[in-house]
Amino acid sequence: MAFDIFLLEVIISGLMTGVMYALVALGFVLIFKASGIFNFAQGVMALFAALALYDFLAEDGWFFAVFGFTLPVWLAIPATGLIMVVLAWVIERTVLRFMVKQNEIILFMATIGLAFVLEGLGDILFGSDVKPLDIGIPQGASDWLLDNFNLYIEQLEIFAAGTAAVLVVVLAIFFQRTRIGRALRAVADDHQAALSVGVSLDKIWVIVWSVSGIVALVAGIMWGSKSGVQFSLSLIALKALPVLILGGFTSVPGAIVGGLIIGVGEKLAEVYIGPMVGGAIENWFAYMLALAFLLFRPQGLFGERIIERV
Amino acid sequence: MNLRKLTGAAVAAVLALPMFASGANAYELVLPTLDYRTGPYAPNGIPVANGYTDYLTMLNERDGGINGVKIKHVDCETGYNTKKGVECYEKVKNTPPSGALAIQPLSTGITYQLIPKAAVDEIPIFSMGYGRTSAANGKVFPWVFNFPATYWSQATALVQYIADQEGGFDALKGKKIYLVYHNSAYGKEPIRTLEAMAEKFGYEFRGLPVDHPGQEQKATWLQIRKEKPDWVLMWGWGVMNQVAIKEAASIRYPMDHFIGVWWSGSENDVMPAGDAADGYLSGAFHAPGGGFPVHDDIRKYVYDKGLGKGDRDRIGEVLYNRGMVGAMWTTEAIRKAMEIHGTKEVTGKHVRDGFEALNVDEARLEELGLGGFTYPVKITCANHEGPGKVAVQQWDAKAKQWNIVSKFYEPLRDVTGPLIEADSAAYAAENNVTPRDC
Repeated sequence: MAFDIFLLEVIISGLMTGVMYALVALGFVLIFKASGIFNFAQGVMALFAALALYDFLAEDGWFFAVFGFTLPVWLAIPATGLIMVVLAWVIERTVLRFMVKQNEIILFMATIGLAFVLEGLGDILFGSDVKPLDIGIPQGASDWLLDNFNLYIEQLEIFAAGTAAVLVVVLAIFFQRTRIGRALRAVADDHQAALSVGVSLDKIWVIVWSVSGIVALVAGIMWGSKSGVQFSLSLIALKALPVLILGGFTSVPGAIVGGLIIGVGEKLAEVYIGPMVGGAIENWFAYMLALAFLLFRPQGLFGERIIERV
Repeated sequence: MNLRKLTGAAVAAVLALPMFASGANAYELVLPTLDYRTGPYAPNGIPVANGYTDYLTMLNERDGGINGVKIKHVDCETGYNTKKGVECYEKVKNTPPSGALAIQPLSTGITYQLIPKAAVDEIPIFSMGYGRTSAANGKVFPWVFNFPATYWSQATALVQYIADQEGGFDALKGKKIYLVYHNSAYGKEPIRTLEAMAEKFGYEFRGLPVDHPGQEQKATWLQIRKEKPDWVLMWGWGVMNQVAIKEAASIRYPMDHFIGVWWSGSENDVMPAGDAADGYLSGAFHAPGGGFPVHDDIRKYVYDKGLGKGDRDRIGEVLYNRGMVGAMWTTEAIRKAMEIHGTKEVTGKHVRDGFEALNVDEARLEELGLGGFTYPVKITCANHEGPGKVAVQQWDAKAKQWNIVSKFYEPLRDVTGPLIEADSAAYAAENNVTPRDC
């Protein structure tokens, strides 16, 4: 019986961790879906958003130094969202605008450069210290589950799962039911056709990078609350890659389901196979799992079917 | 003399002036550091680098350097990346005028790469409390110094602390002691010693590796929750420490049975966990806090003049003190080298001799403003580890400070000695090194 509870714990923890990965993967999907760009800077955007949020909240930040007060959480989060929108606009004006009609690999390379610039900017503006982020999200194990069922689940991760669910619903409504969402889908289907019917590519790119920035903020809040805001946060992008390979680069539900499969898969592997091979296998196991899926579905679980007409 | 000649002479004089001026005090003592102020490990790399640099600046400002010769500090950014660290070493090793007098790699991985290079370049490597443990054997590693203690000594000290809490070494029989470690050369260092002690004292040992950078450790802590080890040791670095402490608190693992290596015991590691980190333990070879006379001098001669590298409020944090004490021992070795060789224009070769004759006793610590900060260190040709003593410190979350809560344990030389002998002998055989007779 004890074993069963442990197995259940491993699976639930895997699912919860998977949701955390999916939050990062969602940002990649949004940009790829609308513009075909694989945004290498997504992890750094999550870091940058978390750094900016911390700055609004803390007395050792720029905001306090300039204005002499800090913002309450309910105001700091939209203010950070605004920063991410401004960042999206700046990226469009200074990088993307000059990359229209360029090959996808050039756009990808541009996002690598962007990652380094953003990381350096974050370092200069906010410093490299670990910043404890506390916006009131419950932390630690759920006492109720632990005391009544001897089941260990992190409250932060339950909160993250709820947030991810809300985010998916909001994004689904945004893409399916709003005019801008339909324009985004049109651009994703065919840039040239969308342009020919009057959809402004510049505007669409600003919008999609803004939405992706806000999703990065959500990911930054969750991961920053978990480990403190610090520069290793940018590396969580590496955790999102197998999720994307598995779920497909263009599917919002794919990012969620992919995250869940990767989360559970890597935890089961680490706990049950790890001890036989020396441990620390979860990182590469996630990629192996994703590669195995690639063999059967190159477009990922929910990705658009690849049809080549000859 | 026409105007053109007059102008030419004036220009020549102006150009020559700095040459003469610098000629009077041309010799400088070059001390490079391989720092990491960027990347995922920057939060820990920065305070170490700040402490080291501030101490050197203080010597320059207060004493005009070492015995009147200015110190030239050169830093190179490694990002805690071994490849970049080796590039940095190549870049700084011949910095004029003295060339590098000693190198602090600040990474076990980089140290391993530099060991063979340093011997060729005749530059002492000071891997203070990290790096290759068997480099403690000065007969095989004449250019490497890892005092005041090694990871293996620390492992034996932590097990002695555990034995003290459990009621003696006999009480360790049947206990479970687990190690959560950074899956790297650094994290793997203590395993051999812990395994040897498991055989000797009868405890059950298991290592649980965590991959770089350690942001996600759920699987590790679920296993700990299931298997309920009596004690958990941690050889972590960077975000791995913070996540581990939070995870341990989440599964309600008792913090006073969770002991980190001295690199897992800084303010950075415990602050993100808040009150949950209360009672967490770690190894230490120096005191925490910024109330020693040396700190006052750093404030006066460095920060009051606006020359400080970091934040004035963070003077005295654990990792700041770590960097500072490293600079102290390095500069004392240079001072010793000047004394031995009767010259102020020392080279790396001289400084190596200075390290081997280093004797920073209680009286000298008092003179340096470090009385009671750490223990006396005496290095010999054969023993590059020095005393190897380690204490345990505990985090008080309410007061937000570390407190030393144990005596300084002597290492179990009967455990570490044969391991050091075997490992250094293997290195000597592999690299055709003839051990020195000393």
